[in-house]
Amino acid sequence: MALLEVRDLSVVFQRKGEEPFAAVDGISFDVSPGQMVGLVGESGCGKSVTSLAIMGLLPQRGVRVEGTVEFEGKDLLRLSDRELADRRGRDLGMVFQDPLSSVNPVIPIGVQVSEVLERHEGLRRREAALRSAELLDRVGIPDPSRRLKEYPHQLSGGMRQRALIAMALACKPRLLIADEPTTALDVTIQAQILSLLSELVRDTGTALIMITHDLGVVAGMCDEVNVLYGGRIVERAGRHELFAEPRHPYTAGLLASIPRLDAPRGDRLTPIRGSVADNIPWAGGCAFAPRCPNAVDACVERSPEMTRDGERLLRCHNPVGRPAPSEEVPVQ
Amino acid sequence: MAIGTSRKERIDSLAESSASETGVSLAASAWRRLRRNPVFLVGASIIGLFVLLALLAPVLAPHDPGVRMLADQVSRATNSIPPAQEGHPFGGDQHGRDLFSRVLLGSQQTLLVAVLATVIGLGGGLTLGTLAGAFGGWVDSLVMRIVDVMLSVPSLLLAVSIGALFSSQTQFTVILAVAIVQIPVFARLLRGTMLAQRESDHVLAARSLGVRQRSIVFRHMLPNALGPVIVQSTLVLAVAIIDAAALSFLGLGAADDSVPEWGQMLGNAQNVIDSHPHLAFWPAACIIVVALGFTLVGESLRDALDPKRRR
Amino acid sequence: MLRYTVRRLGQLMLVVLALSVLLFAWLRALPGGPVSALLGDRATPESEAALRADLGLDQPIFLQYWRFVARALTGDFGTSTGVQRGTPALDVFLQRFPATLELAVLAILIAIAVGIPLGYLAARRRGRLLDNLSITWSLVGIAVPVFFLAFLLKWIFAVQLGWLPASGRQTGGIDATRVTGFYVLDGLLTQEWDAALDAFVHLLLPAIALSTIPFAVIFRITRAAVLDVLDEDYVRTARSKGLAGAVIRRRHVLRNAMLPVVTTIGLQTGALLSGAVLTERVFNIPGLGQALALGFERKDFPVLQVVILASAMTYVLVNLLVDLSYAAIDPRIRTR
Repeated sequence: MALLEVRDLSVVFQRKGEEPFAAVDGISFDVSPGQMVGLVGESGCGKSVTSLAIMGLLPQRGVRVEGTVEFEGKDLLRLSDRELADRRGRDLGMVFQDPLSSVNPVIPIGVQVSEVLERHEGLRRREAALRSAELLDRVGIPDPSRRLKEYPHQLSGGMRQRALIAMALACKPRLLIADEPTTALDVTIQAQILSLLSELVRDTGTALIMITHDLGVVAGMCDEVNVLYGGRIVERAGRHELFAEPRHPYTAGLLASIPRLDAPRGDRLTPIRGSVADNIPWAGGCAFAPRCPNAVDACVERSPEMTRDGERLLRCHNPVGRPAPSEEVPVQ
Repeated sequence: MAIGTSRKERIDSLAESSASETGVSLAASAWRRLRRNPVFLVGASIIGLFVLLALLAPVLAPHDPGVRMLADQVSRATNSIPPAQEGHPFGGDQHGRDLFSRVLLGSQQTLLVAVLATVIGLGGGLTLGTLAGAFGGWVDSLVMRIVDVMLSVPSLLLAVSIGALFSSQTQFTVILAVAIVQIPVFARLLRGTMLAQRESDHVLAARSLGVRQRSIVFRHMLPNALGPVIVQSTLVLAVAIIDAAALSFLGLGAADDSVPEWGQMLGNAQNVIDSHPHLAFWPAACIIVVALGFTLVGESLRDALDPKRRR
Repeated sequence: MLRYTVRRLGQLMLVVLALSVLLFAWLRALPGGPVSALLGDRATPESEAALRADLGLDQPIFLQYWRFVARALTGDFGTSTGVQRGTPALDVFLQRFPATLELAVLAILIAIAVGIPLGYLAARRRGRLLDNLSITWSLVGIAVPVFFLAFLLKWIFAVQLGWLPASGRQTGGIDATRVTGFYVLDGLLTQEWDAALDAFVHLLLPAIALSTIPFAVIFRITRAAVLDVLDEDYVRTARSKGLAGAVIRRRHVLRNAMLPVVTTIGLQTGALLSGAVLTERVFNIPGLGQALALGFERKDFPVLQVVILASAMTYVLVNLLVDLSYAAIDPRIRTR
């Protein structure tokens, strides 16, 4: 049985006097215990909103969330605030993008780690502090007992992200969501943080949802990759299949725009033309059509359905390589 | 060389057009938000109403505000002041002048005091703030120390100290005293926004292209730093009216009261306020409503211009 | 922290120095010059000549300034010419300072006690009735001249309803022992409870009038700060940890939101002293404000001199203390 089952998740932002906007438009995916799943896409594709919806961290006003998010058989979207808070930090952990703004500047790092343990494991302050020191040590922060008393501004960006990881993993959650955890960091630090993350989740058996715009991050660690575009999943495949043979033109475009050392000299990078601003609504066709090199007439006439091709899911009228598989995915 | 200068000009005008473009769209979007904001609409209506009143006051006022037409009803001995009566809906003041006409015509002087004091304070503050913000270094330090000292004296005490420097009090000394108090406020505000501008990318870009200092200050920094200053001016209009009233209350108002001003009327009413509260009530009510109008407009302008407050 | 304190103290000295220059210049710019300003209508040819020699008016200007500073350092600001004729100006100040301080402290306490909780509640219920009502209240509060509000309160609660005393610091018949000059404190120290209560009751109306502007400002800053902090990423992090709402509010929201509020409270000192001048006049409280108003009416420049200097120094000193306490809350300043 899956640990997390997301079915038809939609998040619609509705501001007064403005058209409603579906940031997430009917997304379904599963995460098994210990599995590492990637959600990949450009900014604005709905990947961060998906993670916030799972965690129940979206603002209460002006947002409509539909569908189900079942965690161990319980729909998180139907839980009371209290029940959800009991699970956050204990069963579900989250690491955020910007390690500077995501930690409280006026509270010592140690307190920010301890408070999770005090909340969920009922530890006393002393015990929590001891455990926090162990945790900081575990995430590779040197001299942890001194660091406990320090404030965020005294730590480097990489150290702060390690501290945030320690907070998220303090209670050994069964699911960790990492939302662009390396985007705000230096390149050298990025690799350290990624290997730390995959090492920790492997050790604790924690499942991981890795949210990123960077296919390189996914390539190193995820078992399965979901590519998002315009609030919908456009392609899902195992890591090896996806990188070996991208079928959706968008996925192919993402891969082609990564510089490769083994590419012949003089080969130019091929960027995806246009930007998210060019999207057309899914109702009238494929959102990616205006930017797609493979676009055919059908792409601006009807919205492509999700189709299954072995283990791969694809939402495209005219995919790269072979023609589109005909079998449609049954709605669960 | 022609090519060199023409390129510089081209880049300069480009930077400018992009700046003014963002300026226009900012102003346009601010205006869109303002039009829907009830706070702004109420404030603007109040101000509009009183400006109209000030313009029409000479026509609307039934009597000359300087003439003691009810003087025979005034008696210091029995502490009597003319009550409301036929042709004088508010009655008379301590000198037997028609109160209704004085309240109407008071709008002119009061708005004049507010505008003049704000303009003078703004002028002084702009000069000091531009100096400090544009040059930085020791100019900045010197100007800011002066500003700090002025700010450390409580505003009313500063106004009073300035008022004391004149051997006779007129409306102009009141305006000057109120205005000077606002100079350090404007200077500090402008200097802060200018300093932020100095470090901003578009100014660095202009500088790296070799645009002249004067043109950087006046074309790139000043226009972008003006938003908060405009907001502050609107708020100062309210403060000036209230401060002028406070000076009158302390006996530092204009000695001559033949031309009515609300602050002065309110200040002069203090000795009879227990027996004849209406003498204080009408000018006070007008001051409160006008000051509220300016404050509402200022606050909604601030909200509209501040991208962080768009909620 | 120590280096920070030392640096701020240095800045304080600079401001006081600049202030003395300003005051020196002011005295010399007064109509009639410093001699007639300082002597008032007590001036005789002999006393004028004596003061002229004393001030060193025939000597270079920097020597005059030096004499001015030297006299000020020994507490000699001249003799009152109008407020309390014949009393040294410094003594006039010292006698009246407690009344004003008592009033200002109570006013700022009221402003804080109402402004911060209301600002916090308004932010949490943004856009609802309580929020809109408090915003309206604070906007009107800024627009009402303080002295008119004082008159209004006095007229309603003292004259019409008779609930609270209309003027002064203490009811005449009460036999109160004076220790510090702070009447409420005196009553508590000597355990004369009736005197303490009586003095406190006298303070209430003026303090409420005086607190309106600081209240409005503190309320608005608190509201804006809480709204800002609620949007911060670290509050989202705290929620992602499953912390209880009360813990998030107390530990993560309130503490950060208090930073700008603390600074604001210090900056209100100036508004308080300005307002006290007006309020004391309405309620006939023998404090600094009254001394200032009387001083101008009667051209008592020696007293004005002390009051202006002392008010400015109080303002600077309070803000120094506020900055230091700010540093105590914000580790980013403390540990730099």
